[in-house]
Amino acid sequence: MLTIQNYVRAQSLEQAYELNQKKSSRIIGGMMWLKMQNNTVNTAIDLCDLGLDTIEETEDAFSIGAMVTLRALEQHPGLNTYTQGAVKRAMESIVGVQFRNMATVGGSIFGRFGFSDVLTVFLAMDTEVEMFHAGRIPLEQFAEMPQDRDILVRLIVKKKPGRFAYESMRSTRTDLPTLTCAASVMDGEHRVVLGARPMRAMVLRDEEGLLREGISLTSAHTFAVWAAEHTPTDSNVRGSAAYRTRLARVLTERAILELGGLEQGEMEDGN
Amino acid sequence: MEIKIRLNGRPVSDRVEPDTLLIDFLRDHGCLSVKRGCETSNCGLCTVFMDDKPILSCSMLAARADGHSITTLEGLQDEAADFVGFIADQGADQCGFCNPGFVMNTIALLRENPDPTDDDIRAFLAGNLCRCSGYEGQLRGIRNYLNQRKERLNGRQDV
Repeated sequence: MLTIQNYVRAQSLEQAYELNQKKSSRIIGGMMWLKMQNNTVNTAIDLCDLGLDTIEETEDAFSIGAMVTLRALEQHPGLNTYTQGAVKRAMESIVGVQFRNMATVGGSIFGRFGFSDVLTVFLAMDTEVEMFHAGRIPLEQFAEMPQDRDILVRLIVKKKPGRFAYESMRSTRTDLPTLTCAASVMDGEHRVVLGARPMRAMVLRDEEGLLREGISLTSAHTFAVWAAEHTPTDSNVRGSAAYRTRLARVLTERAILELGGLEQGEMEDGN
Repeated sequence: MEIKIRLNGRPVSDRVEPDTLLIDFLRDHGCLSVKRGCETSNCGLCTVFMDDKPILSCSMLAARADGHSITTLEGLQDEAADFVGFIADQGADQCGFCNPGFVMNTIALLRENPDPTDDDIRAFLAGNLCRCSGYEGQLRGIRNYLNQRKERLNGRQDV
């Protein structure tokens, strides 16, 4: 059960940061995950009055406030035009509309949860996080950092021209994913992001040049096999490591083919 | 601490603890349609509107609702009356426990998308769990309501 002794609506990021330096304080985002913890919080710091619930789009970038909900991401026309609907696809299986009207992008990204569809899809883009104290950090670097007492203010997604695809596997709709997969090609660089392994999402680039000559049924398959071989997986209640490795190959292949505008062909081994 | 909200159109103020959940505040103020279900933000039983958006009151601090407008099924009787009969006609609400959450979220769906496809309905209501019915009854009920409404509107245009 979650116990909160004090609730403060921060009136500035400075105030929120100061309050958050105590270990017994917690920033509350959507509070969906925090609420399920057996924990005592001395001061719950709410950022809801700081105007961080908007998505600003310029010619070059999206600036996404930490308190933007997952539903707002799902419905944002600019973000979904830029990603060809990949952001919408990443969000739409996360529990239900009511949940997504509460869960925030800041809470999802700061938590760096292994199961996060949100972290997976934003790692496929050229994304930075803006931290109140540490400033701007590439999301890929942030994803590997341990949690600290800083405050995530916003995400900045640079509009590097590209193509994006998103896939996930769930035992049932609205469940946590067994594996998440996002793929992108930006400025000729192919990357695939695999999450819910069940560890947090990781980025793989086409280091071997397997897609250098373009995306075909064969090159997508070869790259997917390589990606699955280079993705550590583990077992939990949602699936075994071996199952996840198989999923990693299949979802990567589907996502890469989608980038290339191709449909998945018959698999050579009959599976 | 004291909070002030607009509850079903009426101003309400009261003292709450920092960790009082909105569901408890609402039930203490007579809104017994708001049901406690999974308490893990998954089942949709506790759905209410905050500023006209459906949310889960089991996962929202009452303190965060301060200054906002909250609507429960008690405040939407007329809008709900339009289609709940169609759901009942299908025998879709068997034990009925999930029904208030389903009705609230269906109202949210129809406000946002007045002419949804079956897939739109399934997607929007995916966060409302029912352990009795298998969902087909609810879907048929909503579809029948929409078809009937369409016929009614077309009939008016013909006149």
